[in-house]
Amino acid sequence: MTQIRLTTPLSDEDVEKLRIGQRVSLNGTIYTGRDAAHKRLVELIQQGKELPFNPDGQVIYYVGPSPAKPGAVIGSAGPTTSYRMDSYAPELYKLGLKASIGKGRRSEGVINALKQNKGVYFAAVGGAAALISRSIKSCKVIAYPDLGAEAIHELVVEDFPVIVVNDTLGGDLYDEGIKIYAAK
Amino acid sequence: MVATIQQGGGTKIKTVNTTAITEAVARMSQEANFYLGQDVLEGFQKALDQEISITGKEILQQLIENAGIARDELVPMCQDTGYAVIFVELGQDVRIEGGDFYEAIHEGVRRGYTEGYLRKSIVSHPLERKNTGDNTPAVIHTKIVPGETLRITIAPKGGGAENMSAIKMLKPADGVEGVRKFIVDTVKTAGPNPCPPIVVGVGIGGTFEKCAQLSKEALLREFGVKSKYPDIAKLEDELLEEINKLGIGPQGLGGRTTALAVHIEIYAAHIASLPVAVNINCHAARHKETVL
Repeated sequence: MTQIRLTTPLSDEDVEKLRIGQRVSLNGTIYTGRDAAHKRLVELIQQGKELPFNPDGQVIYYVGPSPAKPGAVIGSAGPTTSYRMDSYAPELYKLGLKASIGKGRRSEGVINALKQNKGVYFAAVGGAAALISRSIKSCKVIAYPDLGAEAIHELVVEDFPVIVVNDTLGGDLYDEGIKIYAAK
Repeated sequence: MVATIQQGGGTKIKTVNTTAITEAVARMSQEANFYLGQDVLEGFQKALDQEISITGKEILQQLIENAGIARDELVPMCQDTGYAVIFVELGQDVRIEGGDFYEAIHEGVRRGYTEGYLRKSIVSHPLERKNTGDNTPAVIHTKIVPGETLRITIAPKGGGAENMSAIKMLKPADGVEGVRKFIVDTVKTAGPNPCPPIVVGVGIGGTFEKCAQLSKEALLREFGVKSKYPDIAKLEDELLEEINKLGIGPQGLGGRTTALAVHIEIYAAHIASLPVAVNINCHAARHKETVL
């Protein structure tokens, strides 16, 4: 299947042309964040304070990697389930976040935020964590080291494989998949 | 570390030192996360042959490749190296010496997760949520059995699939159809979230907590081994077929491989109750066992 190659930061035009089911190969810098980091980010937004990174044009990967073995860039690093970030994600899309990467369904609130702010949601293959790590070329903690695996890491990725699950038009690949493959 | 002595009365008592327990748990914590069971790998292969979705096939291939990388490089197959759930079958003729039995298990988890570069995923207080830093404590289930062996099984359990599990106290009048509907609905609601293809562990009967525990024990069963009760074995087959018709597929992106196996454990129930628990496991169906 053909792949669309994208390099971060992403523009509105980059994401507007994406449609559910398309394979995307991501390149450049992305940021990690899961439950605890999102809670802190949204608290900062509510207090009108500066975030550890500017989300405008950026991509957040919902992951808590396992520790790197000596000599390795990162441990295993597959996606975590995204719905736990649903209450926080719209705030970040409002600030210009262009994409999040995770696994599993998003809420209506997130799907609307994608439409309103020109954003997308990508899935990576959950549990293919050792394989996915091969596309991560560098990793450093930029905020909240006290959170351990949940700290915000800045990753540089090359040909990081994702699939478009929710696009800027409100499409949902999970719904489409079931429509095609459910047996009567 | 393990010795057998004959007592005056003729009963053989085996002595197991806690050091041996700690070492076994530390080793198994790592092995369970690095080596996916042969039965699961064969399950992937079988699913790959039968899957009709191209994306589904690609995902199954990636999971096989991923298991190979984990095995060869001794890295965890999934970054979520789980809550360390430990099942102990303690022979009644075994004597533990050398310290606190449960602490020996926690120490094994602490050591295994640290030395194996496994993720520390446990917070000490569910509301304060501060990470314990060493993946302890473990959740330990102990059963006393006849004999002189100590069997320890570790089943690291990922949070994503655990979160999609459910329990319901049905009415006896709901019967097998009520049970079937609750199981299928739970899988349907979980959809793509628990990393399908999943393993569905089911408990039917017992009390509220017994039922939940049965559903977890069901996940330890090797693929291909059916319930010893013919009606339940038949229900397992029917449910697997029904679940795989849902169309959820690998990673929920559509396909015919939603579950690799359905395992059901049952227990006697109260005249008023029909409890059903569904414990969902992701495709990383990890467990390791040692007999001391």
